[in-house]
Amino acid sequence: MKKNIREILKERILIIDGAMGTMIQRHKLQEEDYRGERFKDWHTDVKGNNDLLSITQPEIIIGIHKEYLDAGADIIETNTFSSTVIAQADYDMQSIAFEMNSASAKCARIAADEYTANNPSKPRFVAGAIGPLNKTLSLSPDVNNPGFRAVTFDEVAAAYIEQIKGLVEGGVDLLLIETIFDTLNAKAAIFAAKKYFRESGKPELPIMISGTITDASGRTLSGQTLEAFYVSVMHAKPLSIGLNCALGAAEMRPHIEELAQLCSCFTSAYPNAGLPNAFGEYDEQPHETAHIIEEWAANGWLNIVGGCCGTTPDHIRHIAEEVSKFAPRELPVVEAAL
Amino acid sequence: MSEKIYIKPFLRLSGLEPLVVRPETNFVNVGERTNVTGSKKFARLIREGAYEQALSVARQQVESGAQIIDINMDDALLEGVSAMTTFLNLVQAEPDIARIPIMIDSSKFEIIEAGLKCVQGKCIVNSISMKEGEAKFIEQAIICKSYGASVIVMAFDEVGQADTKQRKVEICHRAYKILTEQVGYDPQEIIFDPNIFAIATGIEEHNNYAVDFIEATKEIKALMPLTKISGGVSNVSFSFRGNDHVREAIHSVFLFYAIKAGMDMGIVNAGQLVVYDEIEPTLRDLCEDVILNRKNDNNEATEKLILHAETVKAKGKVEVKDEKWRGEPVEKRLSHSLINGITEYIDSDTEEARQKYPKPLDVIEGPLMDGMNIVGDLFGAGKMFLPQVVKSARVMKKAVAILTPYIEQEKEDRKNAHLAAGTTNEEAAGAARILLATVKGDVHDIGKNIVGVVLGCNGYDIIDLGVMVATEKILDAAEKNKVDIIGLSGLITPSLDEMVHVAHEMKRRGMSQPLLIGGATTSRMHTAVKIAQQYDNGVIHVLDASRSVTVAGSLLNKDTKPGLLKGIKAEYDKLKEDFANKKTVKNYLPFAESQQNPAKISWDNFKPVAPSFTGTKVFNNYSLEEIAAYIDWQPFFIAWEMHGKFPQILSDPIIGKEATKLHNDAKELLDQIIAEKWLNARGAIGFWPAARTAPDTVTVRTETGNTNLEFLRQQIKKATGQPNLSLADFVDKDEDFIGAFAVTIEGIEEHIRRFEQNHDDYNKIILQALADRLAEAFAELLHKKTRQEYWGYATDEHLTNEQLIKEEYLGIRPAPGYPACPDHTEKYKLFDLLGGKEATGITLTETLAMYPASSVSGWYFAHPESKYFGVGKIEKDQVIDYASRKGMPLEAVERWLRPVLEYDV
Repeated sequence: MKKNIREILKERILIIDGAMGTMIQRHKLQEEDYRGERFKDWHTDVKGNNDLLSITQPEIIIGIHKEYLDAGADIIETNTFSSTVIAQADYDMQSIAFEMNSASAKCARIAADEYTANNPSKPRFVAGAIGPLNKTLSLSPDVNNPGFRAVTFDEVAAAYIEQIKGLVEGGVDLLLIETIFDTLNAKAAIFAAKKYFRESGKPELPIMISGTITDASGRTLSGQTLEAFYVSVMHAKPLSIGLNCALGAAEMRPHIEELAQLCSCFTSAYPNAGLPNAFGEYDEQPHETAHIIEEWAANGWLNIVGGCCGTTPDHIRHIAEEVSKFAPRELPVVEAAL
Repeated sequence: MSEKIYIKPFLRLSGLEPLVVRPETNFVNVGERTNVTGSKKFARLIREGAYEQALSVARQQVESGAQIIDINMDDALLEGVSAMTTFLNLVQAEPDIARIPIMIDSSKFEIIEAGLKCVQGKCIVNSISMKEGEAKFIEQAIICKSYGASVIVMAFDEVGQADTKQRKVEICHRAYKILTEQVGYDPQEIIFDPNIFAIATGIEEHNNYAVDFIEATKEIKALMPLTKISGGVSNVSFSFRGNDHVREAIHSVFLFYAIKAGMDMGIVNAGQLVVYDEIEPTLRDLCEDVILNRKNDNNEATEKLILHAETVKAKGKVEVKDEKWRGEPVEKRLSHSLINGITEYIDSDTEEARQKYPKPLDVIEGPLMDGMNIVGDLFGAGKMFLPQVVKSARVMKKAVAILTPYIEQEKEDRKNAHLAAGTTNEEAAGAARILLATVKGDVHDIGKNIVGVVLGCNGYDIIDLGVMVATEKILDAAEKNKVDIIGLSGLITPSLDEMVHVAHEMKRRGMSQPLLIGGATTSRMHTAVKIAQQYDNGVIHVLDASRSVTVAGSLLNKDTKPGLLKGIKAEYDKLKEDFANKKTVKNYLPFAESQQNPAKISWDNFKPVAPSFTGTKVFNNYSLEEIAAYIDWQPFFIAWEMHGKFPQILSDPIIGKEATKLHNDAKELLDQIIAEKWLNARGAIGFWPAARTAPDTVTVRTETGNTNLEFLRQQIKKATGQPNLSLADFVDKDEDFIGAFAVTIEGIEEHIRRFEQNHDDYNKIILQALADRLAEAFAELLHKKTRQEYWGYATDEHLTNEQLIKEEYLGIRPAPGYPACPDHTEKYKLFDLLGGKEATGITLTETLAMYPASSVSGWYFAHPESKYFGVGKIEKDQVIDYASRKGMPLEAVERWLRPVLEYDV
């Protein structure tokens, strides 16, 4: 019997995997690799549609998952960052969005189950990755028309419901709403998750929420402070709230510190491998990232930690080793009276 | 190791920045000016589409210290959903406003939900309540929760708005249990609004309202310590509108006590609160007495504050408390009495004026009207308070009562003089005639009566048709009496559509009289946009009674009439044009696409129940006693403007006494009607084999052939998964059945006439209302028998009368002309199928109203998933298709469907 993730989170810091895109790049895949047999006649270019690979190159995706599991990841993310009808419109692949989710969930499931079977004392979890979309609900794409919106709440919620259905049916253990730069999009995802579980009658999966502080202002792209963001999504009653992307660990530190004080649920953090260099590449070395994160763990700020853009299985291995020495952040006491 | 962290159960809200409401936070100011119902300026800006300036109203609120802004777009002329969406989207782009949390304020839940879809921060919903029952409350609370919003729960339940401390506490506690136990809200996310009502209105029952609020607040906080208390503070001082100085003092004193009792936040004009301690002591003491209802027997404290308010207003110029004005000429004295509401000298002054002026009418038209005009102006400008105006009206009535016998005598003399001279009768010698009526469905006539009195005083011949007058009756009377002007009044919003209908019918009948529009719900904009375009011979919105005199005068003068009408037309055209330019496009589906999205009913497992007979069954002289048991009394009270659940209304602290009286009188009359067989209940029902032969067509098979019933389908773009409904969706494609019914209550006319002859309007209206109720009850009774017996698809149904009223049964009985099937002309088919007038006793007027007026008809649908809905607006593609299906010219169909057309014909 697999242990409940909440129980394990009270025992130790859990490790979430690193970047999927960085690892896919290493395979130097070409247009025909992306297309595979099934989409060889597709009418648009699909190179760069990483989520499609779960259907056309599942072995590659399963292989990447296994590299991260090997490195010590307890939680692996499905390859579904852009698997929504809205994001897939770029490739005119809206009709395949659902399948991408279920196929990606299955890839991750196969890998995780293999590792859990080999070592039942370290159960592995699959988190269904729910990305932020390329269209936002709080911001107008037209500077001259600030009231304009490229998409509606209902459309976003519908897209997320389809994604969540695919992920759940593919067998994920958790839902991870991540890289949130517009909180309203995240609220639509939360709305979608609640609605999906309420209406399908399926048991509600734990939700992890991870926002993105975009720059030194300490705010999300849509303008919220960390605490405002936290207050805006707490109704999800999430398993964890944290931050990922945009910043390297060094820049993320003060925000993680604040979050650890604020947050009544578990915390998570998966920074980029530093800030990108002039060529857009990340060159912070695994031991460097791990060294910064080690201090967070020592301070008792962490429950879940891993990596985002530019991080590799090596980064995850170093992080896992460093934080294993420390106890996880203790959940705050939520008082019943003022 | 880190220290253990403790998190307190504070209310946490957010805009771009968080707002945590801690015990030491003090009072949270909610900015109130971004509310179209409370701020004329904001309403105008939104209506004109001047969103840029509307944003500055919001900004100003934030700058003057609002910690939350309340946004409300409830206005009859606004598309609330799109106004809310547009404004909130713009607010999100203004970091200095979006910084603070937003309170989404509407009485329409669809507007609230639209607002919730625009805001990334944690909002407050203002408000939800149990007024429509627990089920609706829970449903709305779940939706609010899924958007992460805190909720304000108004102390309002099925019975009505709570006014006493006990009811406030009870309702809030009940809502609390539901929200925390069933919906999953955390207690700190719940905010109660235990209703702040106006005090010092002159009505004694209102005097304790502030105390009730304060005491209820104390108890709610003791019972449910984590919850918050909010309220609309400016309500409390409503009767002093126009006198900001006193209002601010009242607000501060009220808040002083309410905050002490535990009030956490309130909707206030953030820039306009005075410090409690800085109120001058006299005013503060008077405010305290009024708010705490001390020394207030016989409104003593209220009167004192009103008096003091006057002096404060005059900026320290203390009124000389002498009787100097008694030395003025009589005109000045009358005017003084009117403005100050003094009845003491009115009898003698009026008599003195009567003797001074050539005709008694001159006194009314002269000094009395002058005085009332000043009162009207002062109140209109917000410079007089409600209780004072009521007093002025009392003085006016007294004066008119003194003069009336003389006026009548004069009339009589003139008439006799004519008759003696054999020249002409009073009619030909008489003045122009003005017909007044409160439109169908509306019982409010105070304003209309005032206009009638004022115009009558100005020498016009007034034909007052009373209240709840159907279009036909108004226009018939207008033609019969050759009136010169028609005036319509209405107070409730549905009356607006009724007025549009009257104008439309006037044009159809080729009438020529100008039409005046008045009443609280009407507006120049609505008149220009919706009514004036229906009728070409003059439609004018008249702001108030005094204005009606000048307008009527100009209209009846051949020289000034064309100019006035031309000017008005130009003005209204401009308004209409401006309005059209602001209108935004709603999202409608192509008709074909909406047909692809019908109700999702799985017909595979459906076995239709065959009715016990096919064909029709006729009823005559049905037992009124049996029918009376099915009466739904609630609409009866609503017809009398008494809102509330029955029977709770009978014990309501405010209107219970009057409601009980009315109920007893009605029951007494009902007993007499039954015992003496005044009325005859008759009607017919029928069932036939039927099948859905096209997406919106149901073919009925009778022995004499087939009839195609045509239905309309919702065309507005729905949320994902929501169907576009048509009644046809509820009938199977193969072997199924449909039913129809029509019932009526005959024989009311002679009794109405008798009451009219006795000037007994009270019993006349009771009788009319009872006949309507009996017809409805008969329909309810037959529907029940249909379900259990005649059709028999729900043989094991056991429902109480209350459950029947709540429509907890299977199957529906929608009527042609009502929201689910808005086309009245389908009534022809319904009556043909049932056997026409012979079988039902009902004739259809040319406008397809049923006569006798107390009649009900409709279709029976038996499918368990069938439900009531509104078709809403439809597009031209559907209308074209519908016209061809019905074999009617497009223009004719468009005329009948005018209210549901999305486009302009």
